[in-house]
Amino acid sequence: MSASILIPDFVNRKSFIELDARARAQSLFDEGTWKELVGPFDRIESPWLAKQGIAPQFDDGCVVIKGKIGGSPAVTIAFEGAFQGGSVGEVSGAKMTAALDLATKDSKAGKPTAAILLLETGGVRLQEANLGLAAVAEIISSVLALRQHAPVITIVAGTVGCFGGMSLVAGVSSYTIMTREARLGLNGPEVIEQESGIDEFDSSDRALIWAIHGGEQRVGMGLADLLVEDDAGKIAAAVLSCVRKGVPEKHRTEQVELYRARIAALDTSSQIDPATLRQQRANTKGGVR
Amino acid sequence: MEKIEFNYPEAKRLITKRAHVGVVGSGDMEVLLEPNSEEGAHVFITTSVNGFGDAWRSVFDRFFSKFDGAVRIYINDAGATPGSVLLRLEQAVEVIEQ
Repeated sequence: MSASILIPDFVNRKSFIELDARARAQSLFDEGTWKELVGPFDRIESPWLAKQGIAPQFDDGCVVIKGKIGGSPAVTIAFEGAFQGGSVGEVSGAKMTAALDLATKDSKAGKPTAAILLLETGGVRLQEANLGLAAVAEIISSVLALRQHAPVITIVAGTVGCFGGMSLVAGVSSYTIMTREARLGLNGPEVIEQESGIDEFDSSDRALIWAIHGGEQRVGMGLADLLVEDDAGKIAAAVLSCVRKGVPEKHRTEQVELYRARIAALDTSSQIDPATLRQQRANTKGGVR
Repeated sequence: MEKIEFNYPEAKRLITKRAHVGVVGSGDMEVLLEPNSEEGAHVFITTSVNGFGDAWRSVFDRFFSKFDGAVRIYINDAGATPGSVLLRLEQAVEVIEQ
């Protein structure tokens, strides 16, 4: 294929990463079927940020949209990475939990409602400390309730990535979709460097960071399910395929023995490199669904 | 953080639509523009940067010298420059004029 064919495709694609949280969420639905819930005009802001001298946001950085995907009911909960690092506070956490619980209620009433989580987040909002931690616990418990009835699909598109408590939410979801640009991990690179030193993890070494936290590695190791290009159409198609697949036979977090055995088998006598690890994991039965 | 309010009683044109644009990200801001139930325009600003009340006043004086509308404008700001502020306001106007 010649470059003149390849370049227009790339240039003409509609980037998903370049969209803000609201536009990302809207782009996933069947046209004309969606409606935003508790939007910016309701002005439900964080009551804690202003007390600490920080300007709040009218939707607290959390966008909830209900609509249809491929004709099936679905709700999308999107975190805005540009506002306070996409962090989860009391209000944004409550919005997410309530949306998930309503989806569970509808699903139990015979109207399976998938949830799509767009996670661009550093995790708990430090300014709201315990309330944020409580929110993460509530969100996880709500995801666990919903995923028995309808798929919970996490998308980590980048460029913020998904870290901290919200990486656990990605972990318990039914499917995780990532781009090559995205990162997923419990502790962010800068946190690891700060706590354990630059010898342990150099957060400025992009090749190293992406080799460990990047979408390609996460999907390659079976810790995420689909690697998709940064293209709004392709991401919407990936979401639709997950919605159609429905509830997986066995969720990743139900495969306790598999992951225990993996950790037990780790040879830490020498430095493990990401490529070797991926090779080992990709071939392990059950790693990639 | 600072809260700033302005009134422009001479803005009278009836507006029916509302708009929300922008994100409270570093160097950016969000605007809510809603119809006012009575004549005149009111501006409510929450900004994380203190001491720029005069700059905000100049930006809105210029904005309302061109825009006539009885609206309530709410802003959350994370350090947008005057140029960015005007662009966001114009973007919001574009939405309601569509």
